[in-house]
Amino acid sequence: MPTQTPVLCVREVSKSFGAVAAVREVSFDLYGGEAHALVGENGAGKSTIVKMLAGVHRPDDGTIELDGTPVELTTPADAKAAGIAVIYQEPALFPDLTVAENIAMGHQPLGRFNTIDRAAMTRRAEQLFARLGVSIEPNRPARGLSIADQQLVEIAKALSADARVVVMDEPTAALTGVEVERLFAVARSLRDDGAALVFISHRFEEITALCERVTIMRDGRHVSTDLVAEVTVDEMVRRMVGRELGALFPKQDVTPGVVVLSVEGLSRDPVFADISFEVRAGEIVALAGLVGSGRSEVVQSIFGVDPRDGGSVKVSGRTLKPGSPRAAMAAGVALVPEDRRQQGLVMDLSIERNVTLPRSRALSRLGFLTGGSERRSAREWTARLRTKYGRLGDEVGTLSGGNQQKVVLAKWLSMAPKLLIVDEPTRGIDVGTKAEVHRLMSSLAAEGVAVLMVSSELPEVLGMADRVLVMREGRLVAELDRAKATEESVMFAAMGQEVSV
Amino acid sequence: MTAVGLPGVTARRSSLDLVLRARELGIVLALALLVAVTAISNPRFLSGQSIRDILLGTAILAVLAVGQAVVVITRNIDLSVGSVLGLSAFTVGTLLRDNPGLPVVFALLIGATVGAICGSVNGVLVRYGNVPALVVTLGTLYVVRGITYFWAGGQQINADELPAGFLEFGNATLLGIPYLVLIALLVLVVTGIVLRNYRVGRELYAMGSSPQAAKLAGIAVGRRAIGAFLVSGALAGLAGVLFAARFGTIDAAAGTGYELNVVAAVVVGGVAVFGGSGTVWGAALGALLLTTIGSALAVLEINQFWQQAIVGGLILLAIGADRLVAARVAARLKKRGSHVS
Repeated sequence: MPTQTPVLCVREVSKSFGAVAAVREVSFDLYGGEAHALVGENGAGKSTIVKMLAGVHRPDDGTIELDGTPVELTTPADAKAAGIAVIYQEPALFPDLTVAENIAMGHQPLGRFNTIDRAAMTRRAEQLFARLGVSIEPNRPARGLSIADQQLVEIAKALSADARVVVMDEPTAALTGVEVERLFAVARSLRDDGAALVFISHRFEEITALCERVTIMRDGRHVSTDLVAEVTVDEMVRRMVGRELGALFPKQDVTPGVVVLSVEGLSRDPVFADISFEVRAGEIVALAGLVGSGRSEVVQSIFGVDPRDGGSVKVSGRTLKPGSPRAAMAAGVALVPEDRRQQGLVMDLSIERNVTLPRSRALSRLGFLTGGSERRSAREWTARLRTKYGRLGDEVGTLSGGNQQKVVLAKWLSMAPKLLIVDEPTRGIDVGTKAEVHRLMSSLAAEGVAVLMVSSELPEVLGMADRVLVMREGRLVAELDRAKATEESVMFAAMGQEVSV
Repeated sequence: MTAVGLPGVTARRSSLDLVLRARELGIVLALALLVAVTAISNPRFLSGQSIRDILLGTAILAVLAVGQAVVVITRNIDLSVGSVLGLSAFTVGTLLRDNPGLPVVFALLIGATVGAICGSVNGVLVRYGNVPALVVTLGTLYVVRGITYFWAGGQQINADELPAGFLEFGNATLLGIPYLVLIALLVLVVTGIVLRNYRVGRELYAMGSSPQAAKLAGIAVGRRAIGAFLVSGALAGLAGVLFAARFGTIDAAAGTGYELNVVAAVVVGGVAVFGGSGTVWGAALGALLLTTIGSALAVLEINQFWQQAIVGGLILLAIGADRLVAARVAARLKKRGSHVS
């Protein structure tokens, strides 16, 4: 039975990272004995809320109240002391220590001379596992446990700390059906024992199966809090995405040309399976889906950075050698990766070096790189992309995020690719630069380049793409052309719900 | 899905333990083999004086190795220990030369304090400078050594300048065991117990095993790191006093190059360089093995240049064995991990 007064109240909390407001004036209440779902698109601010509850981030504004008194959660230790336990999607265990030690860390039972009473520690772990109805050996190291078992250990940790608020951040993302069932059984018993549960998931069937109340967030703001029974799935999706599409995305109409990329039966166990699609010259095709649905892995496999288990990739009719980015580049494929700092740029090198890196061979004379040809080429491309920089010799790391992204684009565009793959092309860059990147992609398509775009931003997907391919859990589940693609239809497909609007 | 008493857990556990313990066992076996072979070819190797030399040498190296193990377990490293040993030895030597009446206990405390100060400087730089320990302690290695050279200015403290009581301490025994060895044993046992049985010790393992998880678990990671460096520094300082007592002659170069021996002892002793596992017992055994090898080669009249090659080979062997054991253990843990049928 839910308690009458809330255990924990989030009151008007806000949090910004630099200029980006991740969470703005969000409020909701948690009651003991109740499971509360927190839903929203990628980037809606759910994880930031979780981290504030965990004591990892401090709210810039607003308060978190426990039993009606405001608490300061400055460090994870504070959150722990306040009885808040957080179970992350990737559990944070100590692989070298035993399961029992992982559970007891920080509050081990003490015996004589304040030494740790190992027998009591093991017994406690056994009791907790018995209560959870699972059998994990308390004295084995945590290394080698499956993700599901690790989560159960995390839950045992929360129990042993007498946590009254248990936050589960997408716990089911990496679990199989049986494991999800077991996790839910455990979660229900926690809830029935009076804990307040916060449950984050992208799967609506899980939310309706487990939760009593649902809070919907969008763009860092609180949209609504309702009883799950009183709101339909359709309504939830509409509230999650309900955004206005600006005229930010100027995709020019182009008649698609010949098939440039043809992917057939591409598989990589267990990340994705049986992916087949085509991209034509002049077309922008978006690969949509939730984070973790396998989108990035598919494009990395096409480019050859990641291996593949089966299937074929053809570019302009020629089969690409698997696992060889070099062959892909030779065939005219360019990949602008998701994480530009890690994969796209050499931060310590100059702008011109970065731009000309993939072509250093073509630009060299007798094996020597001459500064002149490098500079000429770099100047031409950075100008085309309207990159703002001090001098071409400056380190790339000194540029802003948007301009770094332009340098990455310049680097690949200068190769005159036939197929351009962009993974999250506008993540973390400001609106103005975003528009320029979009304009550029559109004009490239108009010049006959085939563009394959991975994006988590629905407005971008809908505005830019001629066709939208939707992935869910490693499979292509829908192909929607421009006319049919709406925020709702893409989200429904990405979450595995029938369109019933 | 049901909780049961898990019959057979203990049996499976003990066999796994054996694999994990194999490391210490391996060192003991190697040591036994080495001693046997050397003693057969030259019985002088087992004479009282020879064993005494090995034990005294081990005592100093083991004290350093215990401190180093504490740091390495937290996924850090302390390269400055050789220099700290030198500074401490020279400080204590100078003090004793000028105040012959100073009790030995004070000498030990002063040495440990000098080391603790150096260690906390390391810790603070690592914690607040956000610089890898490898770089910080490489820097302090040269700084501390430089300070010692500057202070000594080429002078040397000879045995005849030191009080007789202090030199006596370096040679005296209790029930046939040299004081130096007793001190090393005391350090080993206390550190071993704290690491194994106290919350603080387990937190050091935890932060070495996963720094990220340690932060989320609310462990005061920064404070613990400073503490680990402080312990390592203090033990290096203590080792400096032992060094002075054993050799009697101290110059600014005392302990040069020791840091590599210490790291070698720790690695050979099975402390994982990426933190989170290993014991000080293993580290001390590693120190004993390395010291014994040095003596054995001398007794066997093998060119001592080979010693370095052999130590290097041992390190590679140790790391190779670790990888092998780790891979096998991981495979076994995976196999018995899933209980969802």
